[in-house]
Amino acid sequence: MELLLISTLKVILVFAIVLGALSPLAGWAERRQSAMIQDRVGPNRASIGGFRAWGLFHPIADVIKLMTKEDFVPATRNRYLHTAAPMIAFWSAVVTFAVIPFGPWLQIANLDIGVLFIFGIASLGVYGATIAGWASNNKYSLLGALRASAMMLSYEVTLGLTVVGVLICFSTVGAQELVVAQAGPIWNWGIFKQPVAFVLFFVAAMAATKRAPFDLPEGESEIVAGYFLEYSGMKFVMFYMGEYIEMFLWSALATVLFFGGWQIPWVPFEGQTWYEFAGVAKFLAVLVAIAFLQMTVRWTLPRFRYDQVMDLGWKMLLPASIGNVVVTAVVIIATPAGGVLQRVALLVGNAVVVLVALAVAAAMKGENKIGVTTEALRTQRSEEAVH
Amino acid sequence: MLSSYLPVLLMIVAGIAVAGGMLALKSLLGPRNATPEKQKPFECGRESTGSAHARFSIKFYLVALLFIAFDIEIVFLYPWAVVAKGLGVVGLVQMGVFLGVLVLGFIYVWKKGALEWD
Amino acid sequence: MNQLLEGLTLSDLTFYLVAALTIVSAAGVVFSKSIVYSAFALLGTFGGVAGLYLFLAADTIAIVQIMIYVGGILVLLLFAVMMTHKIESVDVTSRSMDLHKALPPAVVLIALIGVIAKKTEWKLLKAPDDNPITAKLGDAFLGDYLLPFEVASLVLVVALVGAVVMARREVKGDFSRKAEKESE
Repeated sequence: MELLLISTLKVILVFAIVLGALSPLAGWAERRQSAMIQDRVGPNRASIGGFRAWGLFHPIADVIKLMTKEDFVPATRNRYLHTAAPMIAFWSAVVTFAVIPFGPWLQIANLDIGVLFIFGIASLGVYGATIAGWASNNKYSLLGALRASAMMLSYEVTLGLTVVGVLICFSTVGAQELVVAQAGPIWNWGIFKQPVAFVLFFVAAMAATKRAPFDLPEGESEIVAGYFLEYSGMKFVMFYMGEYIEMFLWSALATVLFFGGWQIPWVPFEGQTWYEFAGVAKFLAVLVAIAFLQMTVRWTLPRFRYDQVMDLGWKMLLPASIGNVVVTAVVIIATPAGGVLQRVALLVGNAVVVLVALAVAAAMKGENKIGVTTEALRTQRSEEAVH
Repeated sequence: MLSSYLPVLLMIVAGIAVAGGMLALKSLLGPRNATPEKQKPFECGRESTGSAHARFSIKFYLVALLFIAFDIEIVFLYPWAVVAKGLGVVGLVQMGVFLGVLVLGFIYVWKKGALEWD
Repeated sequence: MNQLLEGLTLSDLTFYLVAALTIVSAAGVVFSKSIVYSAFALLGTFGGVAGLYLFLAADTIAIVQIMIYVGGILVLLLFAVMMTHKIESVDVTSRSMDLHKALPPAVVLIALIGVIAKKTEWKLLKAPDDNPITAKLGDAFLGDYLLPFEVASLVLVVALVGAVVMARREVKGDFSRKAEKESE
């Protein structure tokens, strides 16, 4: 019963962090940030008693507005699946937080298979988009759903493979054990052992959240809003929040894998109470920083074309992540464990992976479909101009 | 072992409860006055024609097939990754054979043009 | 584990719920008239089987079940459903379903299984220790089961090649050739 009580408390706490604090703040931060990037003012009208607080009340106003909105749906939809889809999207994003170690104490379930659990549950997110698109009975929705699922599947491969290199370095799949293994000096962090894996992970994670520049499933200039076109009100919010939560999920996983989780560099954790709070603060700070980076990328880069997305996933990221796994395994086994030599060799190995990937990309450019198509189009257009 | 999954069960139930609660809140607070116009599928201002469930390119199906093959490969990699340090060179060679065969398959897929999206 | 009622622990209750989920969804797969609902019910079956693996203390297998079957194979099924024209109007329930003829064999089969289950002396194993089984799996793959493990890679390659052969369009580069002709 004690376990039940403590777990309930932790679940409530994690829900408060993720749903109560991070998601609404992300909504606000994203709107303010995009306004800054695009040289606009951004949201600043909502006020309580004339006090505007830089638009901080907008999330609250949004929640009230969206709760009281009418949810109108096409008559030809599939009633049950149309309702189930946003629930799956939201649920699969939230439940993964069960194994995220926010702190030495603040982890809902310390599973032996922590990281695998995240991948397993997160892979259910595909259903949210696919079923939403199919059940809406709308052509744009179905097109968006197909785009979403094919893209998410493609990038899930890379996501899964990049983690393998980190697992080789730390010899565990448990989330909490991964964090503990990164204690001590800062160069024990995963990022200093697997920098390439982090970059690959970051890109693949952005694609997995379906946010720009990977927002083809909802490309508004082509397919209006994609798979959630026929959703309004609260159901739409669930997709929207699911997206944010997923962004935080991958940021949290990146923190666990590459940035030492709650470990503060050089300061060992010996059960101090202040450390428990400082660790959670550090974890959240890194998480927010990575999420902020994702948002910045989102508002900086234009959307890819679909063949570019597929090429990037299957022809660049996948071979690079396989190469990373091989190089990491060879270096880890060939060099004595824990020494300076191993650290340097890992970095050199990573550099080799990058160089080979760049060389292959350069060699491919001659026959690269992307290059060829644009070239062909350009010549065709110039010929047309001549005629 | 099982007891460590009790909190996960709790989280699963809580997730369903929150998702269901949001939908319940919607049906409690949201207005409901559907009209035939509102209930039409969105179609950029014109009447939609034909079934929405049209046929789509086999390409998407191929992506899912490729995904399954690579997903299974990754699932085999995880247990090895955890013990890679201990197994040493022997394990590396064994895994190298496994990966090598798959990389050959990947190169075949690539050369056959299955990764081209057009 | 916590005692809920006399002789019923929380884990027992969860087990019965998971087993019920598996069986009910499996029945849904078979009896549903719409192939879409069948595919959707399969989600419950796969999830339930994953839960049963958990009760066998095989958490890695459980999550692999979800990753491969739910995250991969069922998506493939859904793709097939989504890409087939007017699949909703297809009545998939087998016409040959005849309750009167099927009932006797079913009863005999259930009785047989029941008798076997009753007669078998079930050995109750001690609940497995808390060792992570992912590492054990790794050792087993590259140790005792090396040959099946290596053969698995061949199977995967066969699957890859089969996928390409089945799904690849034979007319390659149709669009670009057309564009070339037009530009000529």
